[in-house]
Amino acid sequence: MSMTFRHPTASLIVVGKPLRIGVLAFQGDVREHIVVLERLGAEVIKVRRPEELGSVDGLVIPGGESSVMDKLVRLFGLYEPLKAAIAAGLPVFGTCAGLIMLSRTVLDAMDDQKTLGGLDVDVRRNAFGTQVDSFETNLSIPEITSGKISATFIRAPIVERVGPDVKVLARLEDGRIVAVEQGNLLGISFHPEVNGDTRVHEYFLGRVATSLQPQES
Amino acid sequence: MTEAQNSSNTGSSRVKRGLAEQLKGGVIMDVVNAEQARIAEDAGAIAVMALERVPADIRAQGGVARMSDPDLIEGIQAAVKIPVMAKARIGHFVEAQILAALNVDFIDESEVLSPADYVNHIDKWAFQIPFVCGATNLGEALRRINEGAAMIRSKGEAGTGDVSEATKHIRKINSQIRVLSSMSKDELYVAAKELQAPYELVAEVAGAGRLPVPLFTAGGVATPADAAMMLQLGADGVFVGSGIFKSGNPAARAAAIVKVAAFYDDPAVILETSRGLGEAMVGINVNDIPAPHRLADRGW
Repeated sequence: MSMTFRHPTASLIVVGKPLRIGVLAFQGDVREHIVVLERLGAEVIKVRRPEELGSVDGLVIPGGESSVMDKLVRLFGLYEPLKAAIAAGLPVFGTCAGLIMLSRTVLDAMDDQKTLGGLDVDVRRNAFGTQVDSFETNLSIPEITSGKISATFIRAPIVERVGPDVKVLARLEDGRIVAVEQGNLLGISFHPEVNGDTRVHEYFLGRVATSLQPQES
Repeated sequence: MTEAQNSSNTGSSRVKRGLAEQLKGGVIMDVVNAEQARIAEDAGAIAVMALERVPADIRAQGGVARMSDPDLIEGIQAAVKIPVMAKARIGHFVEAQILAALNVDFIDESEVLSPADYVNHIDKWAFQIPFVCGATNLGEALRRINEGAAMIRSKGEAGTGDVSEATKHIRKINSQIRVLSSMSKDELYVAAKELQAPYELVAEVAGAGRLPVPLFTAGGVATPADAAMMLQLGADGVFVGSGIFKSGNPAARAAAIVKVAAFYDDPAVILETSRGLGEAMVGINVNDIPAPHRLADRGW
């Protein structure tokens, strides 16, 4: 399968060693993300403790139930470390529940639900309805690939507002926003990992690699 | 298959299994009313199973156990934002149609209810909504997947608080998978015959070393330690039925099992979460249940 990547620095090898990527592993489709990241050559660890977070070059927040992930993140002392890491520029990629975790505001959230923030967006949780409304479709994401990405939306969220510094990467045909980036954060509504599609993850690893380059003066 | 907007596809195998994947590492809790559903959601349940009676009460009260009242299921759907599952009787495809019309997120074709068909299970491919089915061994799991199940749960013996059957079934399924993985291609044909399962599925499991859908465990899980043991034995998540709301402090026990599901391999966390939970459900030893009353024997 040939793929065209526009990202200029989508190289997995930085200073001669594989990128070390964490997957937040309290709950959700952790295994699928690990499979994709390892296929791309990354060294993957599960992150559940602050010290594990401290050792990674980038972090993936998987799909799952955002309210449960939020509870566990706070309960096990990872909330402040995650916020601090995001503020310090750690590249983070959130899919579905992960997008919700990275958003500034969640619409239709649980009463006590908190997010990590970082993406200046409002996200509506479970925006399509119940499971019967979950679907797959082919998405254009020109920043990532000239082809189409087969995207699976599972009780998925939608981005309803984006701040001025947020770049919209993908929309459904009806215009609703399903992929955004801002600074070192990437958030998408869908699950390329359940299809085994590596392209969005490769784009993310490119961003991680870029973040590790020495700053130009 | 219906065509939805944006030339997109609903109800596909990937979409159904996709939800099952998102539930991994989570705890699915039986609830019988909206108040229990909210307690479960607050405690961090990944989904709730809406039913009229928990298995312990079905067992105690006897009689024919059927799908729950649609009003009760709707009340629970209105009370929570997490996915709502509900049970249909084995083979009762019309109960499943009702649950689908209610837009539940997942249907459990469950041996906990009285079977409606002693020969056939529901054709689960015919539904847009994913199904979970019980299994006591690999052949049974693969037959259910062949019929369209998007998740398997090892059966255990529901309503007992005795985890021994759950242990037996999850161990059995995983050990049979390990055996398949060690077989040569020509041996897999015979394995398929002996498992009474399609060769293609058998070969897929042998190659991957796991089922093509998530494997949860159920039936008798009553403590955080029980849940952690199931996860250490390779389950992707747990169903807790009677174990929570038949215990002394359901909210605390539910939250403890959720915590343990995230740190199932860390004895220090399991220790901390096992403290101060009050009385566990009293339970029944499986050996004291006469064979005709064992729910795990339902399904074929």
